[in-house]
Amino acid sequence: MISLTSYAFVSMILFSIGVIGVIARRNIFVIYMSIELMLNGIALFLITFARYHFNMDPQIITIMVISIAAAEAAIFLSVIILLFRTKKSLDTDIFTTLTQGEKS
Amino acid sequence: MIDTSLLVWIILAPLMGAILNGGLYFYHVKRKPVSETLFSIIGTGTPLIAFLITLSLFLDMVDGGVTFKQQLFTWVNIGDLNITMAFLGDNLAIFMSMFVTFVGWLIHIYAIGYMTGDNGFGKFFAYFNLFLASMLILVLADNPVILFIGWEGVGVCSYLLIAFYYGDKENVIAGNKAFIANRVGDFGFILGIVTLFFALGQVDLSFSSLEANISNASTGLLALAGFLLFVGAMGKSAQVPLYVWLPDAMAGPTPISALIHAATMVTAGVYMVARFHFLYSGIEDIGIFIAYIGAFSALLAAVIATRQQDIKKILAYSTMSQLGYMFIAVGLGFYSSGLFHVFTHAFFKAMLFMGAGGIIIALHHEQNIFKIAQHRAQLPIIKFTFLIGVIAIAGIPPFSGFFSKDAILAAAFQEGQYLIWGIGMFTAFLTAFYMFRLYFIVFVAPTKDTVPYVYTSKTITFPLMILAIGAVFAGFLNFPAIFGGSHLVDTWLAQTNSIKIHMSHTTEYILMAASILVAATGIFVAYKKYANFDVYKPEDEKGIIANKFYVDEFYDLVFVQFSKKISVMIDKILDMKIIDGFIMSTCEQFVEFGKKVATIQNANVRFYAAFMLVGMSAVFIYLYISLGL
Repeated sequence: MISLTSYAFVSMILFSIGVIGVIARRNIFVIYMSIELMLNGIALFLITFARYHFNMDPQIITIMVISIAAAEAAIFLSVIILLFRTKKSLDTDIFTTLTQGEKS
Repeated sequence: MIDTSLLVWIILAPLMGAILNGGLYFYHVKRKPVSETLFSIIGTGTPLIAFLITLSLFLDMVDGGVTFKQQLFTWVNIGDLNITMAFLGDNLAIFMSMFVTFVGWLIHIYAIGYMTGDNGFGKFFAYFNLFLASMLILVLADNPVILFIGWEGVGVCSYLLIAFYYGDKENVIAGNKAFIANRVGDFGFILGIVTLFFALGQVDLSFSSLEANISNASTGLLALAGFLLFVGAMGKSAQVPLYVWLPDAMAGPTPISALIHAATMVTAGVYMVARFHFLYSGIEDIGIFIAYIGAFSALLAAVIATRQQDIKKILAYSTMSQLGYMFIAVGLGFYSSGLFHVFTHAFFKAMLFMGAGGIIIALHHEQNIFKIAQHRAQLPIIKFTFLIGVIAIAGIPPFSGFFSKDAILAAAFQEGQYLIWGIGMFTAFLTAFYMFRLYFIVFVAPTKDTVPYVYTSKTITFPLMILAIGAVFAGFLNFPAIFGGSHLVDTWLAQTNSIKIHMSHTTEYILMAASILVAATGIFVAYKKYANFDVYKPEDEKGIIANKFYVDEFYDLVFVQFSKKISVMIDKILDMKIIDGFIMSTCEQFVEFGKKVATIQNANVRFYAAFMLVGMSAVFIYLYISLGL
């Protein structure tokens, strides 16, 4: 049987990859996918503990996470389309319109 | 003591007049014009109501020998301090408010004629009513704090009225001067009340309880309180050294001068000292100090008045001089004599000012007596009443001024204050001289002008005639016993009077003869010098007396310029260099720091995420290390 630590380790790796993706990548699609990866890492962690403790509550939370992720995907994709229409680019570094500063 | 609900209406009537007229004036300015008649009816009707109520209370008092008191509500109640909004109508207060309302009412009537056609007619009457209301609060107050409300009220109103023609810068400066000189005095007055409170430390500040507990306090503190209160009187009643505002206060319309000088503001100081008679009778040194200040003020003002050319300024200095007499009396403890002089003075001084105002109007606002004389106006009633006023103030029997002034001089003589008596006699000579100088130049000296200037208005002449009757006969109210009189005023004010005049009849006759002689000499000198004066060659305005002993210039140099320099220094060095330097550099550092912080907010999503990660990591590491999780 695969140990709890391994599951936890995998979910941590998934989460970390997601974080690094959000920080390091400029393409907004990749950032979106990295966020999904972080959510999946958390979901995996929750499922692992559910199985380990024979308590099904975390599974409910996981299902909620998945459904919220789906809803978020719908909004996020439409926001990306809007951003692309205004800026003709997928590079997050140029989406700085909301700052008060010089770059707009 | 009897509770009455009428007492407060003496104050409320003119106060309501002020509010109504003020409201109407706003309507007049903003919407559509309101007729002067309406303003006049409200403006003169309310003082009349106040007078009638006072009269009815006076009659009750004569019948029953009672004292009225009205408690409205507790105003301040902190710790030991308990101040009730209460009004007291004792003999002194009713005596005072009788002629304040009566003479005030006549001056209001006069003001209708004087102010006709003025843009600020309604505003004038609103202020005027408020002035009267403030004075009545002062007179009827039951404790020093309420008295102080009225005290400040007349100060504010005098400021508003002196600077009534605020378009003219000089008037505004005169208003400011009056207000600031009075503030100096008021500061002393406040300190006096506070000292009194600490000296007695009691729960109820009303005059009756002050009087009952006055013996509990130490003499030193009482003397301090008495002195500080008198500093207030110096400001309000224009005594040395705080008198400089009074001549400048002539900038306002003449009815104001009449009201300030005759019935209200300047008499407040005398009234206040009489009100605190129980305090001052215990500290005779302060009383003598007051008497000397009074004597010196009387002399100084009389000397200055002999060389002035502005008709109203001469009258202003004469007021200051007469107030000096009143302070001699109250300082020496002869409160009824002092108040009697206030009473007679109210009649003839109001009349003199109104007469002067009538002349000034007839000659299109000319105030220089020599120029007035060059264009003789055809003003028989004014000329006649003016003569009565001049005789009354000069102290020729049987006109009212003689009796009141003579009582004061006799008091000084009886108390052995021969220096004060001497100053008083000399001032009486000067008074007769400068008043008749004014009269001879304005009405008698030959003039080539053949075109008479005529101005008659019933509202101007009617009060003059009433006051003339008062100026002639008011003296009989306190007719001396040696002529078979009964000292009505002295008897009426017996409760305030600690000392009475009692001297041998021979001395009294001699003193009277002396003062008549002195006044007659003054008149004679004035007649010799001015009855045939060539008014086309006016006296030059040079010399130390004509320049009022350079007191204004001295004050300007010592107080105004000095404080100006200090303020400029504080502004340039302390404020701009040191404080601003410190505060501004602190600000700049904050701004610099803020700019550095602001670079974090670059709106870069990835940077934010990284920053969040760093923060969260730091929190987790902290939790891991410190809590061992």
